[in-house]
Amino acid sequence: MERMADFQNITGLIFNIMRFSVHDGPGIRTTVFVKGCPLQCAWCHNPESISPQPEMMLRTDICLMCGACIAACPVGAIENTAAGLVTHREKCIACGICAQVCPVEARVRVGREMTVSEVMLEILADRVFYDQSGGGVTFSGGEPTRQPDFLHALLTAARHEGLHTIVDTCGYAPWSVFERIAPLTSRFLFDIKIVDPEKHRRWTGVSNRRILDNLTRLDARGCAISLRLPIIPGVNDSPEDIKGLVELLQRLHHTKRLHLLPFHGGGAEKYHRLGRAFHLEQAVPPDHAAIERIAQDLRNHIEEVHIGG
Amino acid sequence: MMTERVRLLREKSLQAVPTLSTERAEIVTRIYRQAGLLSAPMLRARVFAAIMQEKEICINDGELIVGERGPAPKATSTFPELCCHSLQDLEILDSREKVFFRVDEGTRRLYREEFIPFWRGRSMREMILASMSEEWKQAYEAGIFTEFMEQRGPGHTVLDDKIYNKGMNDFIADIETRLAELDFVNDATAYDRAEELKAMRLCAQSIIVLARRYADKAAALAKSEKNPARKAELKTIAVICRRVPAEKPRTLHEALQYYWFIHLGVITEINPWDAFNPGRLDQHLYPFYKKELDEGSLTREAARELLQCFWVKFNNQPAPPKVGVTAAESSTYTDFANINSGGLKPDGSDGVNELSYLILEVIDEMRLVQPSSNIQLSRKNPDAFLKHALRVVRKGWGQPSIFNAETVVEELLRQGKSVEDARQGGTSGCVETGAFGKEAYILTGYFNIPKLLELTLHDGFDPRTGRQLGPHSGDPAKWHSFADLMAAFRQQMAHFVAIKLAGNNIIERLYALHMPVPFLSILIDDCIARGMDYNAGGARYNTSYIQGVGIGTVTDSLAALKQYVFEQKRLGMAEFLALLQGDFAGEEVKRMWLVNKCPKYGNDDDFADELMSEVFEIYYSLVNGRPNTKGGVYRINMLPTTCHVYFGSVTGAMPDGRKSGTPLSEGISPVQGADRKGPTAVLKSAAKMDHVRTGGTLLNQKFTPSLLKGEEGIDHLSHLVRGYFTLGGHHIQFNVVDAATLRHAQAHPEEHRDLIVRVAGYSDYFLDLSKALQDEIIARTEHQGF
Repeated sequence: MERMADFQNITGLIFNIMRFSVHDGPGIRTTVFVKGCPLQCAWCHNPESISPQPEMMLRTDICLMCGACIAACPVGAIENTAAGLVTHREKCIACGICAQVCPVEARVRVGREMTVSEVMLEILADRVFYDQSGGGVTFSGGEPTRQPDFLHALLTAARHEGLHTIVDTCGYAPWSVFERIAPLTSRFLFDIKIVDPEKHRRWTGVSNRRILDNLTRLDARGCAISLRLPIIPGVNDSPEDIKGLVELLQRLHHTKRLHLLPFHGGGAEKYHRLGRAFHLEQAVPPDHAAIERIAQDLRNHIEEVHIGG
Repeated sequence: MMTERVRLLREKSLQAVPTLSTERAEIVTRIYRQAGLLSAPMLRARVFAAIMQEKEICINDGELIVGERGPAPKATSTFPELCCHSLQDLEILDSREKVFFRVDEGTRRLYREEFIPFWRGRSMREMILASMSEEWKQAYEAGIFTEFMEQRGPGHTVLDDKIYNKGMNDFIADIETRLAELDFVNDATAYDRAEELKAMRLCAQSIIVLARRYADKAAALAKSEKNPARKAELKTIAVICRRVPAEKPRTLHEALQYYWFIHLGVITEINPWDAFNPGRLDQHLYPFYKKELDEGSLTREAARELLQCFWVKFNNQPAPPKVGVTAAESSTYTDFANINSGGLKPDGSDGVNELSYLILEVIDEMRLVQPSSNIQLSRKNPDAFLKHALRVVRKGWGQPSIFNAETVVEELLRQGKSVEDARQGGTSGCVETGAFGKEAYILTGYFNIPKLLELTLHDGFDPRTGRQLGPHSGDPAKWHSFADLMAAFRQQMAHFVAIKLAGNNIIERLYALHMPVPFLSILIDDCIARGMDYNAGGARYNTSYIQGVGIGTVTDSLAALKQYVFEQKRLGMAEFLALLQGDFAGEEVKRMWLVNKCPKYGNDDDFADELMSEVFEIYYSLVNGRPNTKGGVYRINMLPTTCHVYFGSVTGAMPDGRKSGTPLSEGISPVQGADRKGPTAVLKSAAKMDHVRTGGTLLNQKFTPSLLKGEEGIDHLSHLVRGYFTLGGHHIQFNVVDAATLRHAQAHPEEHRDLIVRVAGYSDYFLDLSKALQDEIIARTEHQGF
């Protein structure tokens, strides 16, 4: 094993660290959200996770109009107008100086450069609760494999501390990355969005060939995998979609668990704060009966089907 | 399931309207009027004997456990010898919206013509206030501390297992032995001891008299009863009441009835804080339960019904009426009898038994605010026990609360108790640690820590009362560093701790001299052996507490001062103080900065948490170990009841952005809404306090119901509790309700009459809480799952 000291100063871009995370694996966990994702799923409920660069989330609803940000902005991107403060995103360099002076968190810089040792300090703060609950740390995103050296270093450090480790991945990375992290990962939460390759490209921007390939290879190795399937009405819940999924399941040998994650519109507000359009604004969450039908169907093909994380 | 009998008894108890009863006041006034020269213990015993002999006997339809303090359920005794209510008090009690007591014209007349004229200048309250120094009175009026003994007596204690092995006749024999041993030649205190012991003997005889009167009444009712089943029950009640408390109990039914007579005796003799409490009920009753179950003379269902009948009796006894500051610091009908389950046995083994589970079922089904209940959770207790308790907690009404048995034992050991005494101890009232059956652990008053910071920032001047209350601890504008501020803060704290202690030491002596409790003294070791009263140092252990309030508010305020003023120098001290003096008017931007940008306790942030520890150390070092008048010492604990609302109302704007007059943080919980990193971070912060050096801390957590769904939700909660206790936390309790429900209850009270929430160490009807307290509970951070 490489020396721990070599890892401690590796840095990565984090957009959130959430303690008492109870839906991303067993027990009480801390979830580290790594910024940047190769997919651009139309339904993404963490749109701030997609860009690999820091960016600004703005809220006009709680802004006090104090003007501190206008004075602080080094590039003059913020303007006081009759309609309220306007931020010219084309000028904004996401330096976050305005967030530092904002008294109410109406301006938040998403994306923070952190070293492995800094992240580990936050993870280890809740060690006593992992010990009690069989929990640990989950690396999510964004896409954690997007920063492979950082992820590898974090996993190495977490394992060094004896922690249960989960990687929540979209699966879109070179196989070499998975090969490297698999021995350090107690379980993968592996997202399957859509099985049909063309449809996948349309809704996420990339082909799923590499994703499915990585999945079958991890499965063949006997890695512990929980599949996670977001159910987006009208996108991936047709009988053909489910049929494709069943065929995929039949190709897997060791994977025994599938979670259905019903779409919810909870991320919409974040799009507004990022100044982006949310294309599924009108989409409604699937009804419970529909989810239950899909779950029943899938139970014939995999041991465990859960609804929710 | 609840039987029809229990359903009816419970319903009647819930519907009974609290009233004032003059029965006790009439007797006590008559005895004092006639008394002539009597030693204080004998006078008190005469009063007790007369009440036991004369009070109206009340047996309610269908009940299996009998005995009311007053003539009927919720007909509440008053204690004019402690605090004689004025006519104006009676008006307030009768008419106030929350925690009222109905007062009829006959009661008013008796007060006007008999009680008030006689007790004027004679009650403990007047004697106490007349004995206090001018600076004590000014500090009290300013809301720097409260005084527990101003309207109620010391109590704060709990019974151990002694009554299950001894009848009152056995105690009388012990008393006789001690009397015979007294050495009037060589022991200068022999006469005092003799008077105390004779008073105990009279009290022991009198409680037997009361029981016999209940037996007679039950027998008479049996005679005229038509229903054969009820007739048989009444006959059984008569037999039991002739047996206990005179002799030791043989059955579960006798054991419960015995305890209940004892309970009535204690809460009738004086008006003791926290009523009284059987303590480790599951362990005490288990031998009876097991034996009868084995013999086939009892079923689990019959035991459940008896326990439920027992539960109703507590709910029939509201805490006697409080007025003024005492009502503000403890505004509730709840009288804090707090039943313990689980924990450890004296030999250190797992104390959970089948009755522990049955009691949890009873708590769940009864859903009554009285008695309070808690589990003592040891690492040796099975998870099944914890999870069973949490399934009750999840229902959302705040019971049972959860204590760390290992920490409680460690606290008691640190105080010098034997390991057996410690393991038989537990917690009572809200969260107070005690050696059950052996300790007088008296709470003497709340201490407003944030107010002292306000005084510190004004060089000892109190802006609200316009008085220079404290010493001149220095002009804040001339402080060079944060350390200067802390030194001044310590100086203010030392000054007012000393004032409080001086007052306490007088009040303790007033109770020792004028208000002994010979009945309670029979029950607490080693009062008989020493021939000394509970209120005069007769107990094996004597501890006096001052309860710190507002640690979250003061920590966040110090953190803001340290960072904003001293480190970042965003404002000069003079400008900062102007901000506070103006209550942030027109300065919302600066206030929001203080609220959002400064370090806060409750986020596992060492910057803030170290300040919390520093305040704790100052408070601890000023109080802990100072001698009381009973051979024991003062210690601290950290709980508020409802005092954080009262203290908030007298405290100006604080540096953490809190506006003038709003509630302080409660217990050791973070400032409402200041904790933003989830429950594990709160627990980590709270555990940085050294709980072992307290006699109890109170931590409230609020969860949304959705977080605790399913077995997984119970698992998460259990892991949080076990984690916190691994870190040494003393106590945790939960509200499981969302803010929307509480707001709906404020808007539509008629739909939420039965909504019970956790307040601070006890549960209460949401609608019985003041609006300020309702708002405070709504503002507490709601933890959701991520």
